[in-house]
Amino acid sequence: MSSHNESILREPLITGENITYSKVTEDILVPVENKPNKAWWIGFTMAALGALLWVFSVSYTFWTGIGAWGLNKTVGWAWDITDFVWWVGIGHAGTLISAVLLLFRQNWRNSINRSAEAMTIFAVICAATYVVAHMGRPWLAYWIFPLPNQFGSLWVNFNSPLVWDAFAISTYFTVSLVFWYTGLLPDIATVRDRASGLRRRIYSILSFGWTGNVKTWQRFEIVSLILAGISTPLVLSVHTIVSMDFATSVIPGWHTTIFPPYFVAGAIFSGFAMVQTLLLITRKVLNFENYITMFHIESMNVIIMVTGSIVGVAYLTELFIAWYSGSEYEMYAFANRVAGPYWWAYWSMMTCNVISPQLFWFKKIRTSIPISWALSIVVNIGMWFERFVIIVTSLHRDYIPSSWAMFYPTWTDVGIFIGSIGLFFTLFLLFLRFLPAIAMAEVKLLVHSASHQQKRKLIKEGHLKADQVEYYKESLTKYDSVSEEEINELAK
Amino acid sequence: MSDTKYILGHFEHPDDLMDGIDKLQKSNVSIYDVYTPMPIHGIEAKLGVPPSRLPIVAFLCGITGTISGFSLLYYTLHKDWPMNIGGKPTLPFPDYVPVTFELTILFCALGMVAAFYFRSHLFPGRAPRVMDLRATNDRFIIAIDAKDNRDHEKIDSLLKDAGAVEVLYNERKYVSYE
Repeated sequence: MSSHNESILREPLITGENITYSKVTEDILVPVENKPNKAWWIGFTMAALGALLWVFSVSYTFWTGIGAWGLNKTVGWAWDITDFVWWVGIGHAGTLISAVLLLFRQNWRNSINRSAEAMTIFAVICAATYVVAHMGRPWLAYWIFPLPNQFGSLWVNFNSPLVWDAFAISTYFTVSLVFWYTGLLPDIATVRDRASGLRRRIYSILSFGWTGNVKTWQRFEIVSLILAGISTPLVLSVHTIVSMDFATSVIPGWHTTIFPPYFVAGAIFSGFAMVQTLLLITRKVLNFENYITMFHIESMNVIIMVTGSIVGVAYLTELFIAWYSGSEYEMYAFANRVAGPYWWAYWSMMTCNVISPQLFWFKKIRTSIPISWALSIVVNIGMWFERFVIIVTSLHRDYIPSSWAMFYPTWTDVGIFIGSIGLFFTLFLLFLRFLPAIAMAEVKLLVHSASHQQKRKLIKEGHLKADQVEYYKESLTKYDSVSEEEINELAK
Repeated sequence: MSDTKYILGHFEHPDDLMDGIDKLQKSNVSIYDVYTPMPIHGIEAKLGVPPSRLPIVAFLCGITGTISGFSLLYYTLHKDWPMNIGGKPTLPFPDYVPVTFELTILFCALGMVAAFYFRSHLFPGRAPRVMDLRATNDRFIIAIDAKDNRDHEKIDSLLKDAGAVEVLYNERKYVSYE
């Protein structure tokens, strides 16, 4: 990773003055080494209350049974599976950022991969709770795994996508956790070597005895690269399999071959939106503006725009194929989606997912923090509606009009959903407090290749022509962490 | 000087560290190890560290996963308890792909990471054996075994020539819990 040579014309990945290796450590460890500020406590209290609501709603579900939810005979799957797919989708961006961008040598990932991976872990935890909760008898959840059992040699049905799902999600969680934790070791060691007393003991247990000698670093990099290499197809397979839960069925609106790529694109789309939602706040509250710069925000917005467009094409393809298939049930399912009783959900999905990311074609919008933040939330809402539309509108009117029904959520449905968001934020805020939110070792690699400070030094030493300096200067105007004076100084 | 176990040259910049390694090697001073806060490329070649064999481990673990995954499906679904589910065959290769694939990845990841931890002596609770606490923060450190290399003054001047900001004479190998 450090062998890489940055073109001087490329925009800096780290801004700010007097950046040294120790300053990187100091800046990033501020939330870990100090008492949390007011903003953290307020956020944590709210999130913890949400998590309590989750505990209560889930306990109530386990106590009463699935009857506590608004499901009926026709709509047998609703918010539970919607929320499950939504959370799994959100989880995907973390692996995408750490694995795919590592394979493609995208160095801008270095500042955001740690928190994105943490987000993956927490989102998959939230998703997994739905799988267990919707079983009705969660204490028998282990039946999904092929274990020798007391019923004779009765095994699970490996032809079923639900069993594939169990394998995919548990593998995905395990591999993501291992990837994340191995990446954390050098940074935990940094915290350990700066701490004292009890904190040093705890972090020394967590650091696995990391020293940072040459051979360990060499192995570390090999392991990271191979994990990235195997996580990339893994992450694609997981959401493909999630989509097969629907695609291998015979319900009109579900059994479409476009689902696997379309779900994967949607997952990246919602995942990056969630990364954006989290990081825009994190950088502000923890003063990470020099590390998570406008370049990162803009790059993520571009990815949101591209994946949003893919998702948009998929929606239109679905409509086209429904018509082109000539199957009257398929046609009805889609006509019902667009103009039936759930038209509002369909059009919310269309507005949030297809129209809103197109705004990112404008540079002004792409580089505006408040708009990016608002749009990232809009995208997440849209993606929730997407799953809701696919699941509920396909189910609520089947082949027999006498069994047609609507779905109305109960307070337990709402409580579990809001609660899972609370659970997610509780875990994320605890992560910010106890572990370095930015991969320090990886950011240190960029100090002498991709920092604004280094590029300015090169300009001062006269390695750049006047028009190139002008180009570089212009590219800096959008950074909120680069001052006017710093920009003007460059031309001198 | 007699009690010195290790001589540590502290550098602030990786380029200076590389220069230091060159200078020491030219003067036939053997280097015990190098400690850095981030991976430095090209350093393995300079120090003669052979390439890691972890990719081989990863491949073997992956293959084991593939075989285990497929055998599990074959045994449970086809051999031990074949069931007629909607008239589907009991040995459908396409249906076997997802689980076999996931187990390949799982075995490969867990096996490789376990091998990494084992070979690098990393495990939970292991006492950190750090020669200098700043090696994980902002210092790039060359450690030289003082018993093997007697001419300490020469080493001192070589390190300082290369730009070392500090040269320490450690009487203990590890400083972590002093």
